[in-house]
Amino acid sequence: MKKEELSEDELLEKVTSTEYKYGFTTNIDSDTIPKGLSEDVVRIISKKKEEPNWMLEYRLKAYRTWLEMKEPDWANVNYPKPNYQDIIYYSAPKQKKKLDSLDDLDPELKKTFDKLGISLNEQKRLSGVAVDIVMDSVSVATSFKSKLADLGIIFCSISEAIKEHPELVQKYLGTVVPARDNFFSALNAAVFSDGSFCYIPKGSRCPMELSTYFRINEAGTGQFERTLLIADEGSYVSYLEGCTAPQRDENQLHAAVVELIAMDNAEIKYSTVQTWYPGNKDGVGGVFNFVTKRGICHKKAKISWTQVETGSAVTWKYPSCILKGDHSIGEFFSVAVTNNLQQADTGTKMIHLGKNSKSTIIAKGICAGKSNGSYRGLVQISKGAKNSRNFSQCDSLLMGDSCGSHTFPYIEVKNSSSQVEHEATTSKIGEDQIFYCNQRGIGTEEAIALIVNGYCKDVLNQLPMEFAVEAQKLLEISLEGSVG
Amino acid sequence: MLKIENLKAVVDGVEILKGINLSVNSGEVHAIMGPNGSGKSTLSSVIAGDETYEVSSGSILFDDDDLLDLDPDQRAHKGVFLSFQYPVEIPGISVSNFIKAAITEKRKVLGLDPMPAKDLLWKMREKMDLLNMKPGYLSRNMNEGFSGGEKKRNEIFQMAMLEPKLAILDETDSGLDIDALKVVANGVNKLKNSNNATIVITHYQRLLDYIVPDYVHVLHNGRIIKSGGKELAHQLEEKGYDWITKLADEKWGS
Ligand SMILES: Nc1ncnc2c1ncn2[C@@H]1O[C@H](COP(=O)(O)OP(=O)(O)O)[C@@H](O)[C@H]1O
Ligand SMILES: [Mg+2]
Repeated sequence: MKKEELSEDELLEKVTSTEYKYGFTTNIDSDTIPKGLSEDVVRIISKKKEEPNWMLEYRLKAYRTWLEMKEPDWANVNYPKPNYQDIIYYSAPKQKKKLDSLDDLDPELKKTFDKLGISLNEQKRLSGVAVDIVMDSVSVATSFKSKLADLGIIFCSISEAIKEHPELVQKYLGTVVPARDNFFSALNAAVFSDGSFCYIPKGSRCPMELSTYFRINEAGTGQFERTLLIADEGSYVSYLEGCTAPQRDENQLHAAVVELIAMDNAEIKYSTVQTWYPGNKDGVGGVFNFVTKRGICHKKAKISWTQVETGSAVTWKYPSCILKGDHSIGEFFSVAVTNNLQQADTGTKMIHLGKNSKSTIIAKGICAGKSNGSYRGLVQISKGAKNSRNFSQCDSLLMGDSCGSHTFPYIEVKNSSSQVEHEATTSKIGEDQIFYCNQRGIGTEEAIALIVNGYCKDVLNQLPMEFAVEAQKLLEISLEGSVG
Repeated sequence: MLKIENLKAVVDGVEILKGINLSVNSGEVHAIMGPNGSGKSTLSSVIAGDETYEVSSGSILFDDDDLLDLDPDQRAHKGVFLSFQYPVEIPGISVSNFIKAAITEKRKVLGLDPMPAKDLLWKMREKMDLLNMKPGYLSRNMNEGFSGGEKKRNEIFQMAMLEPKLAILDETDSGLDIDALKVVANGVNKLKNSNNATIVITHYQRLLDYIVPDYVHVLHNGRIIKSGGKELAHQLEEKGYDWITKLADEKWGS
């Protein structure tokens, strides 16, 4: 018991430091910054972003922690380890290469946009074609923001929050995912470029889904994105991350950190559709996506993670819940698709600390081509978490014979009044199912889409309606041609 | 409408259909009877286009098309429907969504927009009444947790929705109690008209009391060994199959 409280404290300890107060020692011209990572680079990033001193110190401490850490190699993925001295850690806000017209766009990507039914203007925006007309999303975003402000809801980029709401950022940043949590979270804390910040005041219910979509014009999705979302007591928010249009990015390595804080009786629904470029059929190119996402639930609070992942060459991601408060609830709903040579090692962690805490895990893996998908889940019920419950269901659907799926459930229960249930299945799309659909006039591609949708239904149902429809289309596209 | 000539089909190197000849005209009901393992399901699968079976010779003409040149979904679009002996489950897909997908695909081929949701719903209601389906049926997942009888009724419901030209009912009676059998038979009879045709596969006479065939064929060992009118079904009921299968075995070998 004592021991656990310690580790809980450790977990929640604020990672700020006032130890190192060095002045700036390097002056490098504004827009060029050398490759590689050093204290100087961290200082430059912080300076360019005009950050207060406490933020710089936070970054420096993270950097020093990172230096002493080793890149994890326990995940069930293989990839060439990035050379961290070969990466440029600060680039001007507009990271995407500007294209002059949509004709310059990768035809594959264009085809996908068309299939998704994305309007031409949206296509331009998403692919970074310069557009001069005022786009709908911008004006929507403006009126949307004033409405939120009326309710006291803060929704802005994290850079803005560091300047405008330092007391909130300083109080919560790194409290759920400390920099030293893992190699990538340390790296992120040291060099994060931008991300979202959101605060929902006590007792308010955010009237619309908050989406990064509305602020993408402010800052392109970055390589080291940082998100901090605080739902104060009794509040509710549904947050959508990502965009269903495929994102191509020159940055190979992505290491984002997301922290959610649900105070007493608050509820956060966090939905993600992730479609980073997976690389071509031979596995060339593609994004390495190493994400740390974690939320903490105080008394009677609830956090639901829902994610549909179809992108990235390599994905390493475990959205987790720390169920600290009594009667708190954690949920994880996930569909992870891997095709061609994609590799994904994803799952969740549910850490039960509070009494009567409950968690549900529904993880659906779909593997096609020569891909490799792993589910890794940890359910940890501490001694003090009396009467806690977990239900986990991990299913894999295999398409073809050259893909693989693996399930690694880790379950630790330290009291006898709690209950953990785990179910796992592996299935294949049957020839007989496809023939049955064919016989009703449904072609093979549509039949596969239908069967896959049915298989994912429990997860897709958790997504906000419009997002769900797009996610469905996305699943179809990412599995196109995967059964002969 | 349907003309099968000298059809032979092989699976795993074993010939299962050994030269089938069968003609079906619009407005007719044909019954195919025969002991277990005689090839009835194989014949229906081959007509529907199941690639498990390799057609080694023969032809299947359907109106002006050679079905053997078409994919299973194309055959369905032409109006071929198979009520499966063992319908498969499609977890997570509701009956209504499944049927919607099937109807939308067919209309797409015909160059039509999807049927308006309201019309589709009306049609489903009407067919549900016809087949005495329980409320809530449409939102159940395709065959998931269905009893044997429910699966068979679900097949006939789809047939009613898709209005095929040629319906092949493969042992639709098995798993149905007598009341359900009457409901299903009544449904099938109501859907009958002069432009469509039905092939009823069964090895019991029972169903044929309700769906009265114009012709009865006995399939044995991959061949149609006897054809006749509806009285043939009664004879089989009384005397069993042995009296004709023996003759056939003497001729072809067993
Ligand atoms: N997929 C298959 N693989 C191997 N043998 C099969 C297959 N399908 C049918 N058969 C064989 O073909 C014969 C006819 O089967 P079937 O058409 O199902 O008969 P029926 O429907 O008349 O009972 C049986 O001997 C059966 O074992
Ligand atoms: Mg059979």
